[in-house]
Amino acid sequence: MTRKTWPLTGGIHPPENKHQSTQLPIKIAALPDKVVLPLSQHIGAPAEPIVAVGDYVLTGQCIARANGFVSAPVHASVSGTVTNIGPMAVPHASGMFEPCIEIQSDGLDQWVALKTNEDYASLSTEALLETIQQAGITGLGGAGFPTAVKLAARAESAIKTLIINGTECEPYITADDMLMRERADQIISGIQILQHLVKPTECLLGVEDNKPEAIVALKKAAKNTTIEIVVFPTKYPSGGEKQLIQILTGKEVPSGSLPADIGILCQNVGTAAAIHDAVILGKPLISRITTVTGEALQQPGNFEVRLGTPVDFLLEQASLHSEHLGRLVMGGPMMGFTLQSLAVPIIKTTNCLIAATQTELPPASPAQSCIRCGHCAEACPVSLLPQQLFWFAQGKEYAQLQHHNLFDCIECGACAYVCPSHIPLVQYYRGAKGIIRQQELMQQKAAQSKQRFEARQDRLAKETAAKEAKRKANAEKAARLKAAAAEKAASDQQPKQEIQAALERAKAKKAPNKSKPQLTAEQKELKIQLAMVSAQLKKLQRNIEQSESTPDVKQQEDLDRLQQQQQSLETALAAATPNDSNQAAPPVEKATTSNSKENASSGPDLKVLQIKLAQAKAALKKAERAYAAAAENNAADQDALQATIAGKQVALAEAEQALAKAKTSTEAPSPSKEAASKKPKKPPLDEKTKTLKIQVAMAKAQLRKLNKLAEHADTAPPKEEIEASEKALSEAESALAEHQQQPSSSLADA
Amino acid sequence: MEIIVYAILALLTLALIFGAILGFASVRFKVEGDPLVDQINALLPQTQCGQCGYPGCRPYAEAIADGDVINKCPPGGESTIASLADLLDVEPMPLDEAHGEEKPRTVAYIREDECIGCTKCIQACPVDAILGAAKQMHTVIANECTGCDLCVEPCPVDCIEMRPIEVTTKTWSWELPPAPVKLIATDAGRGHAA
Repeated sequence: MTRKTWPLTGGIHPPENKHQSTQLPIKIAALPDKVVLPLSQHIGAPAEPIVAVGDYVLTGQCIARANGFVSAPVHASVSGTVTNIGPMAVPHASGMFEPCIEIQSDGLDQWVALKTNEDYASLSTEALLETIQQAGITGLGGAGFPTAVKLAARAESAIKTLIINGTECEPYITADDMLMRERADQIISGIQILQHLVKPTECLLGVEDNKPEAIVALKKAAKNTTIEIVVFPTKYPSGGEKQLIQILTGKEVPSGSLPADIGILCQNVGTAAAIHDAVILGKPLISRITTVTGEALQQPGNFEVRLGTPVDFLLEQASLHSEHLGRLVMGGPMMGFTLQSLAVPIIKTTNCLIAATQTELPPASPAQSCIRCGHCAEACPVSLLPQQLFWFAQGKEYAQLQHHNLFDCIECGACAYVCPSHIPLVQYYRGAKGIIRQQELMQQKAAQSKQRFEARQDRLAKETAAKEAKRKANAEKAARLKAAAAEKAASDQQPKQEIQAALERAKAKKAPNKSKPQLTAEQKELKIQLAMVSAQLKKLQRNIEQSESTPDVKQQEDLDRLQQQQQSLETALAAATPNDSNQAAPPVEKATTSNSKENASSGPDLKVLQIKLAQAKAALKKAERAYAAAAENNAADQDALQATIAGKQVALAEAEQALAKAKTSTEAPSPSKEAASKKPKKPPLDEKTKTLKIQVAMAKAQLRKLNKLAEHADTAPPKEEIEASEKALSEAESALAEHQQQPSSSLADA
Repeated sequence: MEIIVYAILALLTLALIFGAILGFASVRFKVEGDPLVDQINALLPQTQCGQCGYPGCRPYAEAIADGDVINKCPPGGESTIASLADLLDVEPMPLDEAHGEEKPRTVAYIREDECIGCTKCIQACPVDAILGAAKQMHTVIANECTGCDLCVEPCPVDCIEMRPIEVTTKTWSWELPPAPVKLIATDAGRGHAA
């Protein structure tokens, strides 16, 4: 019973040229003097070297480990010394260099100890996969996808059909054919391991009917197994994974998905044999069967060659006539690429080397214009529109190319093969694919850059906003402080204005006197000094008040010192004034007695003193208020504030004393004058006044004493005592004021 | 006379109804942002190099949407101009040489033993692709670098150079074949029109 197969869509029948290399059995290639093992012989991340230059390695020893999930390790294919790790020429269409490990062979081919395992069925799936992975097995059909990854990914998704690809469809290549003929048992054993791993319901081994010997051998080996050998008509490119699946199952793998998505796993016969070697014999992938053919060779054939063997070394074993060599192709004539150097090594995916003469593979004829014959579309195994794709590729219409499923093209070359105009269609598709991939990469990068740029802009904006907010807060704070200061200044201004007004009044009073000021030099000097000291004193007082904190000892001392200075200056000035000429005397008093001169000169003096007294009183009140507030809120400040109050009280007492002194000095000698003058300051002193005044003086003295005590001792005297004495003083003063019929001491009450 | 009044009233009513519908639609289906600017921005290469004279790709996209010419982007080159022309339905124009010429993409490289750690390049980088701190050596995250050149000028010790992005076997791709040879003079022009 023969299984039904489905015909391949499209496809071509190129001359096979396979017989040249099937005349002789597989030869074991000689060991090369050196091998060059690229770190990237597979799809995925390059392997990572684990040996250093100078290390001695044995055949089969792992020299580079898999770097990541989709990666495969690399093993030494000869024993010898690592002589170089770095970029070397690799078999790649670009002719570029890639990192490789170079091993100088010692010719002994000493193997590492191999761990054989006859009974693979006892191993777990994980252990089997690990063994396959560690053996560095990749798809030997052509793409080189790490086999363990392909198997591991299938472990989850149920695989119904395991397909083994024995369909070597490309002309010239016979590596798989020879392998199947000679090592069918090995292949079948490998397939059984795969069956054990993925547990499919059916296992098909697809072989084209142009390999009768292989079919016989396989059928013989596959007896008593569930492996079904399926033979179908030869047609290129039946060996493509998706094409083979279609031929054997009639199912089409959807565009953009994998065979596993429809429950199918596909492996090459060479891979199956390698899995057998790895699992049963413990041998890592260090050699492969490569077809060496072409008319430039005298003895074409298949060689089991160690990976890393230089191409020229292998060609020599097939007796290369280098003078006939026109073009050296790695891979088949349809999908392979021309090697630019003979120094490149054989790698895991090298299934064929064609050393062709000039006539065998002539250079492509010049392309002519497309005549729209449509043969390409008939030949396409993927049912694309090659002609249409060609136009779009020429016109660089990449969106249209993608729309026409360019990426489903398997680059088999059937379209170009049938093209009567010799248009290199596949080149167009490859080029366009490259450009589209690059554009996609650029777009990805642009999106990434955009994201990063925007993130940065956001960050900068946030930083600026934060800075701005901080600045604003600072400005607001400053404005608040300024407003507070202005308010304070305004409130300060009021007493100041009053003082100013009082001073102006005094000035106005004095103005007529000042018509002829004519002060002596001494007077001037004294006045200037007095003014300076007063200014200093005021400033200091203001400072103390504004600072709101309690004045420290130094400030207090300064204050006292200045006040004393002021007083002494005032006294000096007062003393100097009587000696003064009568010119300074006011005209009103001029008419009266000469005593009036004294009064006149001491008039402003008194005023100054009264102002001082008022100031001192205001300061005291303020300090008391502060104290009261502090007492309510916080006891810590109290002592300090009390000290301030005490200081202020002393100042007040002094001011009062000074005033009293001045008054006595003014009033005592001129009682008559006061009465005579139009605006007498004080009534003549009678007995009662005297008594009252004495009382006042006594009260003051007591207060001063108490204050002094408060100033010196940290343990403040009872506040009540001070207050009581203050009360007594004020009472005495008010009594005195009441007694005085013409109270001119309005300033003193301020 | 009466019929005219009715006609006017009817038209007024219709106008009010449609006005209300339009007003509602303009609120209900309001499009946030300018989709044209986004579309243009998506076509620009996002190098943020400022060679167009605008501080980044988006500002240039906004300028183009406002009517600026489309040929000011050297990193994007002819392909960007072509796609912009396609999007905006204007004639493609050659790249304005005043803004620079189309060069292969480069990536910044800091010669690290010369770097003094001034952080100036870090501040200049529009995509935060330079890593480093004050008085510490800086280095470029090559994958993130857009090759915009903006870090080269601020470097006080000139230790930054722009290196071309190396092609590896992974990034290499086949070239498109050269234009086919004309065998006969009368063939000229044929086989090109798509």
